[in-house]
Amino acid sequence: MESPIQTDFIRWIVFLPLIGAIVNGLLGAKIQKRMGKGAIGVIACTPVVIAFALSVNAFFTLKGLAPDKRFLIDNLYRWIELGSLKVDMAFMIDPLSAVMILVVTGIGGLIHIYATGYMHDDKAFWRFFAYLNLFTAAMLTLVLGDSLMLLFVGWEGVGLCSYALIGFWYHDQANARAGNKAFIVNRVGDFGFVLGMFLLFWSLDAQGHGSLTIREMVKWAPSIKDSLIWGWPVVTVATLFLFVGATGKSAQIPLHVWLPDAMAGPTPVSALIHAATMVTAGVYMTARMNVFFSMAPDTLNVIAIIGVATALLAATIALTQNDIKKVLAYSTVSQLGYMFIGVGVGGYAAAIFHLMTHAFFKACLFLGAGSVIHAMHHEQDMRKMGGLKQWMPLTFSTFFISVLAIAGFPPFAGFFSKDEILWLAFTSEHGNKLVWFLALCGAGMTAFYMFRQLFMTFYGKCRADHHTQEHLHESPSVMTMPLVILAIGAIFAGLIGLPGVLGGSQFAHWLEPVIHAHAEGHASHALEWGLMAVSVTVASFGVFIAFLMYRRESLSPDIFCNLAGGFFYRVFDRKWYFDEFYQTVFVNGTLLLARFWSAFDAYIIDGIVNGAATLTRFASWLNGLFDSYVIDGMVNAVANVTFWAGNKFRRLQTGNINSYLFVILIAMALAIYVKVHYWS
Amino acid sequence: MDNVLTYMTFIPLAGAVVVLMLPNNAKVIRWFSAAITTPPLLMSIWLFNQFDRTKAGFQFVEDYYWIPAYNISYTMGIDGVSISMVLLTALLSFLCIFASFGIDKAVKGYFALFLLLDAGMMGVFCALDFFLFYIFWEVMLLPMYFLIGIWGGPRREYAAIKFFLYTLFGSVLMLLAILALFFTVEPHTFDMRIMMAQASKYSAQVLPIWPFDQWGWGFQHVVWMAFFIGFAIKIPAFPFHTWLPDAHVEAPTAISVILAGVLLKMGTYGILRVNFPMLPVATADLAYWFLGALGAWNIIYGALCAMAQKDLKKLVAYSSVSHMGYVMLGMASFTTQGINGAVLQMFNHGTITGMLFLLVGVVYDRAHHREIEGFGGLATIMPVYTGVTALAFFASMGLPGLSGFISEVLVLLGVWQRYPVLTILGASGVVLTAGYLLWTIQRVYLGPPNEKYLKMPEINGREMFTLVPLGVIVIIVGVYPSVVLDLLRASLDQLNQIIIPHLKS
Repeated sequence: MESPIQTDFIRWIVFLPLIGAIVNGLLGAKIQKRMGKGAIGVIACTPVVIAFALSVNAFFTLKGLAPDKRFLIDNLYRWIELGSLKVDMAFMIDPLSAVMILVVTGIGGLIHIYATGYMHDDKAFWRFFAYLNLFTAAMLTLVLGDSLMLLFVGWEGVGLCSYALIGFWYHDQANARAGNKAFIVNRVGDFGFVLGMFLLFWSLDAQGHGSLTIREMVKWAPSIKDSLIWGWPVVTVATLFLFVGATGKSAQIPLHVWLPDAMAGPTPVSALIHAATMVTAGVYMTARMNVFFSMAPDTLNVIAIIGVATALLAATIALTQNDIKKVLAYSTVSQLGYMFIGVGVGGYAAAIFHLMTHAFFKACLFLGAGSVIHAMHHEQDMRKMGGLKQWMPLTFSTFFISVLAIAGFPPFAGFFSKDEILWLAFTSEHGNKLVWFLALCGAGMTAFYMFRQLFMTFYGKCRADHHTQEHLHESPSVMTMPLVILAIGAIFAGLIGLPGVLGGSQFAHWLEPVIHAHAEGHASHALEWGLMAVSVTVASFGVFIAFLMYRRESLSPDIFCNLAGGFFYRVFDRKWYFDEFYQTVFVNGTLLLARFWSAFDAYIIDGIVNGAATLTRFASWLNGLFDSYVIDGMVNAVANVTFWAGNKFRRLQTGNINSYLFVILIAMALAIYVKVHYWS
Repeated sequence: MDNVLTYMTFIPLAGAVVVLMLPNNAKVIRWFSAAITTPPLLMSIWLFNQFDRTKAGFQFVEDYYWIPAYNISYTMGIDGVSISMVLLTALLSFLCIFASFGIDKAVKGYFALFLLLDAGMMGVFCALDFFLFYIFWEVMLLPMYFLIGIWGGPRREYAAIKFFLYTLFGSVLMLLAILALFFTVEPHTFDMRIMMAQASKYSAQVLPIWPFDQWGWGFQHVVWMAFFIGFAIKIPAFPFHTWLPDAHVEAPTAISVILAGVLLKMGTYGILRVNFPMLPVATADLAYWFLGALGAWNIIYGALCAMAQKDLKKLVAYSSVSHMGYVMLGMASFTTQGINGAVLQMFNHGTITGMLFLLVGVVYDRAHHREIEGFGGLATIMPVYTGVTALAFFASMGLPGLSGFISEVLVLLGVWQRYPVLTILGASGVVLTAGYLLWTIQRVYLGPPNEKYLKMPEINGREMFTLVPLGVIVIIVGVYPSVVLDLLRASLDQLNQIIIPHLKS
């Protein structure tokens, strides 16, 4: 491989938002007090807008190069070097990351601008933008990182910002808890991610190519084709580990539970982080590592199954939600599921395409919902809305366009991207008709719940209280302008990825240098037209039901609610009891373990230590007794005996000459006797 | 600058003597102590610049006769194993003087003992003669006993005695082990460099009436265990760790910082300095269970215990048990990433946990309690303080961009090559750590502000002065870890090369 082109401006795409974050983070409170919120907004938005301009520049620089030379790098310095581990602080742009930075800075920039309006009444305005800029910098690090390690820096960085922004209104403990949940669930994913990274590194190292630089890893990927670990192919285990990371970040079963709770954050955050950019990081990562995933068909099957299960499960939950943001949250989980179906059937480019179109229409939907919430004085329950289109025409029309896009009606963006995934599921070699069918059912549900939301919010009679109704108003242009731009994207973004019968996808072609393993559907044009017609029909059916239930109101939703004694409704409404299950098993289980080991520590381990001390003291007490009674007793006994003896012998000292002479006489007689009889 | 290590060790000692002779004026004593810890700090910066990063052997060596009859000499010197600890000791000693400005009980005694402690710590990391090493090791113990026992919290006497006896127990084992080595080398000497050079002698040595040779447990293994227990108490490794929460909770803030920041490192430093190069065969045989598996267990056990704590300081103390587990785990891998990560983790733990204890001290000084449930909403009341705390907490959690990440990821990466299962266990600690730290942030800093503490003053200039240098180091090492790693690499790689030939399978 030729040495790539060093391009110094790339670093500024990351650094500019970072500088914005540092300035607002350290000095924001003072700036806001002295110069007002406008200054904060300028400091926050300008870097992102410039970063967008740089991204556009990067895109055209790449476009000017031959397809196989489309790679720019900005190497700052050697970050870590130990043995064969060599990690550079380096950012790279190739066709894939070019798409991602355009999405992140473009949509991110619009959301920044929107947020200056949405957050205008918040006292911690500066703090919000410091976090938002930091998020943008972290997300850009994620997509520009030249090595898995740097990708992971961004990966965790976006998690941190997500945590901080979910708990932005931290006065409410519930928000803080939602932030914790997001961070910890993501940490479980990160756990898998780092293990995958380690395994790949050491497997490549064993072949003499140890590296974490993505393009080196990709280059040497074939060398570990036959490596085994624990009797399994290394690529399968490693990609499964990496996919665990992706399920965390991209909210797939079983780690999807944090995303709906993340709606506790301000709505622009939901749009930027929890819809358009961060949650797509898992999809990006799998596309980035596509060579490895393609080497592991078992992993791809797992991904397809998880993807389709998530898409369906989230869609069923979305059917029952009444919170305007919760519906969108579950629809995001569901759409991410579609992206992973794309990955699972080998259509990485299709997944990235859906990621891109989804970023437009979902950001638009969230910002539209934010506009509604703003007008409704922070009311989020759709049952208290209705008929809003007369007050908010611009919000309504952009929302309507995006609903059409997500429901998959041509020629809106979502139609092309979703249909490509369905098409690949049906026809590609990794595909499966059952996956296609289930994904199609999910698409029908998507159309239903999105139109349900549209009807409940914007049509019919307004159900808000009088006070709210009087104050209903269209949002300021700083908020509606981004909506309009995003809606335009939601209409036209799909045209760059046309299906084969309409001329083929330029988008997939653009990504070819990165995504070598391009899945091709092999089937006739007639089938392609036919499948398109089927998916539009299914979506129309979903819309029709929604229309009957929530617009015409001639069909009661109770028919569904009471199905099987309300069993399905309860399961969907309770989110399939995932939260309850995790709370009982994992959260309480861990706390129980913590209490157990802490008690073990205090009573057993420390008990042994204190017990040893007590035992020593007991022994010394015994020793003391022994010393004072036995040893000292003997000493005293000697004295006592002497004293006693002295006392007894004292009687002899009578002072009487007669008795002395008597004793002497006896003694002499005795001596003579002994001498005569024994010593002779 | 000849004899720089001696100056760094004995300037604080001379300072301790001078403090005793100063007039009984708290202000004079405090500022004098601050002044006396400045030259070692400046010298450590000089050392950092002058240290030859390509050399694996000892540098700045000083070698003088002392007690020739027993081949005891005054030998000082540092290499990649000790340089980072010398820097850390100089920095933390300096900062902790300022963190001690709030002490107003028997000020003269406190600062004199503190400086004596400083001298002892510096000596341990610089000594290359085992006799000298042992003296410094014991010298440290005495001031620590009084600093906890006199200036500590309500249960200070219990904690001080527990700390003292526990460490003394370890010292006795260590002394016996030192003598065992002394009588094996020819000629008998306490010079560590000679002991390292004659490491092969210890494999040949046989213990009288010792039945376990046939199982591969010879003289070397027994001596290894004696050293290991002595050092494990300091680390502190499970199950010898229970002195630590008590000592930490009772000790005044600055002493907790020194305890966690420097004293704990002596355990792992000792293993690297003594067990690794002098007893390589036993190290190769025993590392998996006594360093690797025990380290992984320390990580999980410490994290779970931390999660259950109600006292903020005790939580930080148990987090130390958990984080020192990474050091043990990394050392056991005998890969360049693992061992460098381990020593970097020693340095990082010193700065990060130093910050954590200082931060706990800040609220304790204001609220006079440390109950986690007794606060709430401090972020609203003390935003700057909360910002600094968040930095320290996230560094402790191993967030990328901060120093803790580099060392943890290096350790786990290095260990994977030799023991993937231990990596999986150790990495699960990352999730638990996030759990207990975030839960703590939520309970102490987030939520509605506690009415009782609405008037609590924001963190002051002096407190910031002690925290900012540590925070800056945490960020610099995270972004540019070579600043520390370059110092370590040559010596640690050589250390690995001593062990690797003896590894079985």
